[in-house]
Amino acid sequence: MKRNFENDKKDMVVVEGSYAVADAVKACRPNVISAYPITPQTHIVEDISQFIADGEIPNCEYLNVESEFSAISALVGSSAAGARSYSATTSQGLELMHEVLFNVSGMRLPVVMTVVNRAVSAPINIWNDHQDSISQRDTGWIQLHAEDTQEASDMTAQAFKIAEDPDILLPVLACLDGFILSHVYEPVVLLDEDLVAEYLPPFEPKFKLDPKNPKTFGAFADPNSYTEFRYLQQQAMNKALKVIEDAADEFYDLFGRHYGGLIDTYETEDADIILMAMGSIVGTIKDVVDKLRAQGVKVGVLKVRSFRPFPAEAIKNAIKGAKVVVALDKNISLGLNEGALFTETKGSLYNTNVNIPIIGFMIGHGGRDIPMSTMEAIVDEAKKVIDSGITVESQFTDLKEELL
Amino acid sequence: MKEIRIHGRGGQGSVTAAELLAVAAFADGKFSQAFPAFGVERRGAPVQAFTRINDDPIRLRAQVYEPDYVIVQDPTLLEVVSVESGAKDDGVILINSDFEPEHFDLNTNAKIMTVNATKIALDIIGRPIVNTVLLGAFAGASGLIDPESIKNAVMERFPGKVGEKNAEAIQKAYDMMTEA
Repeated sequence: MKRNFENDKKDMVVVEGSYAVADAVKACRPNVISAYPITPQTHIVEDISQFIADGEIPNCEYLNVESEFSAISALVGSSAAGARSYSATTSQGLELMHEVLFNVSGMRLPVVMTVVNRAVSAPINIWNDHQDSISQRDTGWIQLHAEDTQEASDMTAQAFKIAEDPDILLPVLACLDGFILSHVYEPVVLLDEDLVAEYLPPFEPKFKLDPKNPKTFGAFADPNSYTEFRYLQQQAMNKALKVIEDAADEFYDLFGRHYGGLIDTYETEDADIILMAMGSIVGTIKDVVDKLRAQGVKVGVLKVRSFRPFPAEAIKNAIKGAKVVVALDKNISLGLNEGALFTETKGSLYNTNVNIPIIGFMIGHGGRDIPMSTMEAIVDEAKKVIDSGITVESQFTDLKEELL
Repeated sequence: MKEIRIHGRGGQGSVTAAELLAVAAFADGKFSQAFPAFGVERRGAPVQAFTRINDDPIRLRAQVYEPDYVIVQDPTLLEVVSVESGAKDDGVILINSDFEPEHFDLNTNAKIMTVNATKIALDIIGRPIVNTVLLGAFAGASGLIDPESIKNAVMERFPGKVGEKNAEAIQKAYDMMTEA
């Protein structure tokens, strides 16, 4: 992370995280926004609705739809017609979109959607974890996770930049933790519209729906050509690895804020223990790292910003000097007893020359709070792995045995 | 870093108070963070909200477990919520009550202070809305924050007559705590 907080301070205002994201959406000048309100995404679409009512987003159609399925379906049409298109959702709303998410990515439509990460039902739970977006892993969307509200705001502009790159043309899920970031008030610099205009050129797709020049999107592909469509989507994901880094660097040049590209690291260079995680938990871990470093524990944190494309090479390079790696997951693949970050990190290292013990902790499900003490206990478990090897590979954190 | 936990009931403006405190602290040149203990809020149910104030940017996202300051908007909460939970030994628990601090037998080493915020609110604002009044009292009790910053934050959120009345009540509560 490269940020000059003292320099930013004069431009900062204390606003809700949702407002910061909504304001960033406004600065990106979308042409079509569709949304269906659902907790804890609601404040974002309410704030955007207010901007529209006040005439602050010119040349933009705001669609009130009857479900999330319609919200994303409407954007298939608008994006194909060449309109910069945006939505926001969470949890069951995102799951209801699942089918259409494949259509958006398959048609190579650079839609940007904010996901305010929330647990999935049943049992019903409105609080934060990452099960909703992780469950969209294979839909062909780029998936980015923000650590704080400033990053969530800035990531919105970066997401459009990445998505609309002619070499990419993939949709992006820009994720922030529900309530923890969407409902927190903290100082942020709201995006300057002129700077955003400089950063993000107008969306001018090479191919679009136009009655004067008829084309078809998402048409029939028989066994003769379907494979090649999938291959090209993967090629775009491969190219996105660099484009995500470039988008972060260009953002830094203009705005002076950088949160890492694919990943970010904090105190990892000489670390024996590296904790890896996504989203707001990274902030808490940094405080734990400072506390434990003061006690002589060589610990660091690896933030994964991009879950898709998965930055295997960047992760490998960041952790290769460690003695143990701990993957923290606010999600689980039921039946495997592992979170996605753990599974994928292990998998991506298997055929490499990096052979470090990795353990996984599933944590913060359904909004369970993550105090520093929980994180310190996890570091203690990691120390045991250094001394005597892995005993439990992947486990739930802070499990309440008395409730079972 | 200073951590503040506000106890109230749904509808009493605990979350708003935490937010206004964060706005005021930032105006004072500090970094700040405010968030609720997110529940399925309904009017009358016990709620909590948190504010952190720090010289450096705040990264911690956990709830507040060991508050430096506790603000209790509604004394009837003492029967159902352990408001003193985790309060630091050198901390302060500020309760909206017409009783003296000695009246409260809490399991804590933190200093207990009281202010009759309901009376101040009724006298000046005309309604028993105590969240902003307690922020004035908090500024007086803690010395952590400029009462002018709190008044400005409140008047920005509630422009016009409502904000002015609140500012007057904030000053009154601040004066009572600093003169005590």
